[in-house]
Amino acid sequence: MFWTVTQSLLNGLLTTFEIFILTLAFALPLGLILAFGTMSKFKPLSALIQILVWVIRGTPLMLQLIVIFYGPGMWLGHNIWSGDEAGRIMATVVAFSINYACYFSVIFRGGIEGVPAGQSEAGLVLGMTKTQIFFKITLLQMIKRIVPPMSNEIITLVKDTSLARIIAAYELTFAGYSFMKSAGLTWPLFYTGVFYLLFVGILTLLFNYVEKKLDYFR
Amino acid sequence: MAILEVKNIEKHFGSTQVLRDVSFTMEEGSALAIIGSSGSGKTTLLRCLNFLETPNGGTISVKGETLFDAAMQTKTGDKELREKRLHFGMVFQSFNLFPQYTALENVTLAERLLAAEQPDYKVNKKEILARIDEHGKELLAQMGLSERMDHYPHQLSGGQQQRVAIARALALKPDILCFDEPTSALDPELTGEVLKVIRGLADQKTTMIIVTHEMAFARDVADNIIFMDGGVIVEQGPAHEVIDDPKEERTKQFLSRYTQG
Ligand SMILES: Nc1ncnc2c1ncn2[C@@H]1O[C@H](COP(=O)(O)OP(=O)(O)OP(=O)(O)O)[C@@H](O)[C@H]1O
Ligand SMILES: [Mg+2]
Repeated sequence: MFWTVTQSLLNGLLTTFEIFILTLAFALPLGLILAFGTMSKFKPLSALIQILVWVIRGTPLMLQLIVIFYGPGMWLGHNIWSGDEAGRIMATVVAFSINYACYFSVIFRGGIEGVPAGQSEAGLVLGMTKTQIFFKITLLQMIKRIVPPMSNEIITLVKDTSLARIIAAYELTFAGYSFMKSAGLTWPLFYTGVFYLLFVGILTLLFNYVEKKLDYFR
Repeated sequence: MAILEVKNIEKHFGSTQVLRDVSFTMEEGSALAIIGSSGSGKTTLLRCLNFLETPNGGTISVKGETLFDAAMQTKTGDKELREKRLHFGMVFQSFNLFPQYTALENVTLAERLLAAEQPDYKVNKKEILARIDEHGKELLAQMGLSERMDHYPHQLSGGQQQRVAIARALALKPDILCFDEPTSALDPELTGEVLKVIRGLADQKTTMIIVTHEMAFARDVADNIIFMDGGVIVEQGPAHEVIDDPKEERTKQFLSRYTQG
């Protein structure tokens, strides 16, 4: 039985991992674009993005996931997501990417605006180009500011993947839960918890390492 | 010929006029101190010289070359602007050192980046970088910081940080070095070491513009002094005359606050 459970959970973990990685892959660049959008001097654009961020951060991710998964089918009359597991994962990744991009954009913006203007000015008077200033001076200072809030958000993402269960994606929590439903077993739930703890534990070590690496300056 | 000629500079932010018809000249190797109360436009003037602000009127010429002319509203390209900026160096009130670089790296960064754009860089990379490092070390030694070259800014005292910033500004050999209240952010016991370094530069005939609230220092070190109030130059002349025997009522009032203090 233990082996069966382990295999199921590993299966679920794979889906969880897939959602996690794909969400990061899309949300990080999208978040950066949104951050630049909110800082844009073109007011309508900045206002539009700020409203989007407000709506996305002000409503539950689970609600957003339901809307994105079921909405198109209701409005268009046919589902844009394929009916299999891949379609559910894709819908999840889309909903998560939008949601996390909004959270990331706020963090990015804080990181970018947190670097004092004097840093770029010092670069300018030394004859550096804007590109040189970004890559040689401000980027690392931004990263240093961004890492702590970012690691919090990314660890939350690990646990948020369990929301995909609501549209029946077979991720880790669903896998553990299924044994309670089918065989009345509760220990797989705790076993599932261990999987999450290991996942989060590895990430925590990774982020601690990065923070340490950036600890040499202030 | 004057090394710097500033004519009729005007600057406003929105509807507030910050600089009004500011004109002065400087001779090579001389030191000019700018004094004046808070908000009189001293920082804005230095920022205009360093192209961090664009004046709304007037001209700026260095060694007879017109670097800025408000009447010629041509857009200056990034590259051109960089070259113009290199005529001036700037030491900020708040140092603005790059925290992720050591003292030596702070001093050499700009020079390295400029060197990397030269055509012969790839071939002679090693020698070029070694020479730049050597130059940076010399400058830091001149600032009395030989022992601190590998320290990061947060490991240095304010006075040491400002001296690194001065070395950094000197690295590109600007024609005119500008200081914006270089000691205002420092504890009183640390101002001396920075003033001493600036005095040393004056002795070596470095062309400098120093915005300062240290009146005694301005009188001793500067050749000429400009007193600004409300965005205009109220009085300018030889340092001793302006400080010891001011002509204008507003200058007298301003200076009396310091002598009484
Ligand atoms: N970016 C800006 N936007 C709007 N107003 C500005 C800006 N920069 C400066 N000012 C205004 O211009 C005036 C002159 O400022 P400036 O900083 O040049 O004075 P200062 O002589 O350097 O004063 P201090 O001795 O306090 O440093 C002030 O009234 C200030 O509020
Ligand atoms: Mg000022």
